[in-house]
Amino acid sequence: MSNHDIKIKVNGVVRTGTVSARTTLADFLREDCRLTGTHIGCEHGICGACSVEYDGQPVRSCLMYAVQADGHEVTTVEGLSDKDGKLSALQDAFCDTHALQCGFCTPAMLISAQSLLNETLKPTDEQIREALSANICRCTGYVQIFQAVRLAAERLRSGKEKVAS
Amino acid sequence: MKAASFDYVRAGSIGEICELLAEHGPMSKLIAGGQSLVPMMAMRLTKPSLLIDINEVKELKGISAQSDNLIIAGGTRQHQIEASSEVKRFCPMVQKALFWVGHPQTRNRGTLGGSLVHADPAAELPLVSVLLDAEILLQDADGEESVAASEFFLAPLVTALRPDQCLVRVSFPIWSGAVGGSFHEVSPRRGDFAIVSAAAQIALDEAGNCSRVAVGLGGVAATPIRVFAVEEAILGGGLAKTQLHELARLAADEIDPEGDLHASAEYRREVAYVLIERALTDAVQEARARMGASS
Ligand SMILES: Cc1cc2nc3c(=O)[nH]c(=O)nc-3n(C[C@@H](O)[C@H](O)[C@H](O)COP(=O)(O)OP(=O)(O)OC[C@H]3O[C@@H](n4cnc5c(N)ncnc54)[C@H](O)[C@@H]3O)c2cc1C
Ligand code: FES
Ligand code: FES
Repeated sequence: MSNHDIKIKVNGVVRTGTVSARTTLADFLREDCRLTGTHIGCEHGICGACSVEYDGQPVRSCLMYAVQADGHEVTTVEGLSDKDGKLSALQDAFCDTHALQCGFCTPAMLISAQSLLNETLKPTDEQIREALSANICRCTGYVQIFQAVRLAAERLRSGKEKVAS
Repeated sequence: MKAASFDYVRAGSIGEICELLAEHGPMSKLIAGGQSLVPMMAMRLTKPSLLIDINEVKELKGISAQSDNLIIAGGTRQHQIEASSEVKRFCPMVQKALFWVGHPQTRNRGTLGGSLVHADPAAELPLVSVLLDAEILLQDADGEESVAASEFFLAPLVTALRPDQCLVRVSFPIWSGAVGGSFHEVSPRRGDFAIVSAAAQIALDEAGNCSRVAVGLGGVAATPIRVFAVEEAILGGGLAKTQLHELARLAADEIDPEGDLHASAEYRREVAYVLIERALTDAVQEARARMGASS
């Protein structure tokens, strides 16, 4: 039942707190940091709703204890838009293609898809499928989510080309 | 679904891990990627009183090719193994298997050692370590012990690891010749544990004859199995397409799967047949391509 003082950089801001060892990273983000964009569905690794970026890679925050993240960096969905709340290209694409209905899976879908786009702006359908395979959506049937990722990739690519030319 | 209370300590070295395990006994548990342990704790299927975190132990990470062996440290993340050019070159079956282990997200945390110690009967990494005759190095406060993978897996979720031991590293023999590997599986959804999986690795000598082969199946028995009858038949000379077809039948006849909620015994046997043929075909193809590339 040990308690631990921890320090985690969340969306670029250092957050400190005292947690009991069994507090999950997901609970720390939601309850201590009040960042409730990270959702909790199953709490045992199946649904993917709790996905966050941990040291630059997408992981399930319900499968980590907050104390383990001491000294590490986390990005949640709140960290995807810029400081003034302007949505990212991927978030805009989700709106434009109606890639959400109830929205429960959406923050985690954004985290997983953004990680893919950080690696490549020319993802194949197979790569998109693989990147999103860890996230369950009960509403959309995934088709519009695929469209959103493709659209965001396309816009980011052409944005880059414009800057280059 | 929250875990029961426990104490937590972050270990800094293998020595420290072994001391902590010796001091705290069987109620303490190591946590690596947590991708199997944390769900089990959330469901209260296990209630360790002390969690020893091995994620920051540098000695437990890394991949290196040393003379005849590819050595992977126990705490190496699955995604790192998947992305390693050395693994791809020296142990293609291992690299191919990783694509099927959960999802990119779970592979970002999950480790080789965690998967072997968890020992799910349908898991991919236990299967490849048995097929490739891997040696598993265990350490406790008194010293080291090496166990052959074929003797490590005792029953579903049961291994030869004692509660006071840490899995330090795994050595996979590097085969000579042109080596090809393959892994196939069928599961209800992408990323789920397999209903049946089949793996093959083949080495060809300069004349294009098979000099070494490993073939096996997961999900059809309590522990991973190697299909020796097929290996013997291949070493006896048969690599033509029609022969692979017959060999796959032979493999399916060798096994005695059980039916459960997910699939009947007959379905498992049929899937085993199809997957073994695919695995053999792909492994042979890759080995031939590599033979062409090196000559
Ligand atoms: C959604 C999902 C899908 C999955 N799909 C698959 C799949 O298709 N195939 C598959 O094989 N697995 C699958 N898994 C489980 C896999 O991801 C785990 O990584 C693996 O089973 C355990 O590895 P870990 O590093 O996370 O270990 P942990 O969960 O940290 O530990 C597992 C066990 O191993 C022990 N342990 C860990 N490291 C050591 C060590 N070095 N020495 C001694 N003991 C140790 C722990 O004490 C514990 O008992 C899935 C998991 C999830 C959440
Ligand atoms: S809440 Fe973490 S995977 Fe479902
Ligand atoms: S939009 Fe409802 S779960 Fe995905």
